[in-house]
Amino acid sequence: MKYETNLPIYLQVVDAIKLEVINGRIKPGEKLPSGRDLAVQYTINPNTSARVYQELEAQGMCFTKRGMGTFVTEDYDRITACRNEMAQESLKKFLTSLYQLGITKEDAINMINEANDICLL
Amino acid sequence: MKLESINATKKFVGKVAVEDISMTLDEGHIYALLGPNGSGKTTWMKMVAGLIKPSAGEIRFNDKPVDIESRKTIAYMSTEPFFYDWMTIGDVGKYYQDFFADFLMDRYDELLAGMELDKLLKVRTLSSGMMAKLKIAVTMARDAAVYMLDEPLNGIDLLARDEVMRTILTYATPEKIMIISSHLVEELEAVVDSVIFIKDARFAGIHEVEELRINEGISLADKYREVFGKVKEA
Repeated sequence: MKYETNLPIYLQVVDAIKLEVINGRIKPGEKLPSGRDLAVQYTINPNTSARVYQELEAQGMCFTKRGMGTFVTEDYDRITACRNEMAQESLKKFLTSLYQLGITKEDAINMINEANDICLL
Repeated sequence: MKLESINATKKFVGKVAVEDISMTLDEGHIYALLGPNGSGKTTWMKMVAGLIKPSAGEIRFNDKPVDIESRKTIAYMSTEPFFYDWMTIGDVGKYYQDFFADFLMDRYDELLAGMELDKLLKVRTLSSGMMAKLKIAVTMARDAAVYMLDEPLNGIDLLARDEVMRTILTYATPEKIMIISSHLVEELEAVVDSVIFIKDARFAGIHEVEELRINEGISLADKYREVFGKVKEA
């Protein structure tokens, strides 16, 4: 994974994992890698991966079972809410950059309607 | 576990290589040791490794000055190759095993496999990239308390760098101290948690890299430019 090096790495990895959960590549209740494996997988410092799990836990996206590891939440409502939060963040960024270009919300809506659908994968 | 540099100074004829460096390094951290060429990084590491003695001040590991004893638990990878030409990669492992009680042959085999190095190859025939990988494999195969890697990313391709990073992260367990010097600052951004700057033989600050991002919105490379650069970038 490529990182924005002037933004906290742990938040970038948190977002990457949340995305995996939202699009179902990681299932609710699934066990996540150990902190060390996560560090190797994402090529991040082990202290950063500890922070990733702290943050995901604080956001209610995962939980720790003592001696067993970290697991993805089984609360579907939380996952849906997380999806909405991330969508809102993207929307805010999108509107901000259009605003900087002097494009109004109405124009933006028209542009969205006229745009070709994006096909990922 | 802790590693202390207390007013460590090294003078060579006509040159002060390290001047009055004081700092404490703790276990569970991966440190980047950064500074321009000739700033004193290698000399400082050689003092920690017990290969050269400070002219003044001292290096203490777990409250004792470094000496022959501490060399058993402090692994140092120097920039220059240190194997005999006639050896095979397998021989290099045996040679290390004879020298260091903490050398793990199983781990060496594992590391060689990860780096796609064949034990039967002769040192003489290795490319510079293979030599760089071999140096890392043989150093990381020690179950040491402190690892110091001087320029581990030099002369190796992108894929080999990824493998080196994975190796470092795999063995940087919470009870180890890992110190990496490199000119490739960007490569270390996500991997190290702390950075030590050395400028003109002197200590020029220690920072937690993720805190720089959180509190100042700057990267390790930005901080490097701030410490060593003359002109600020827009």
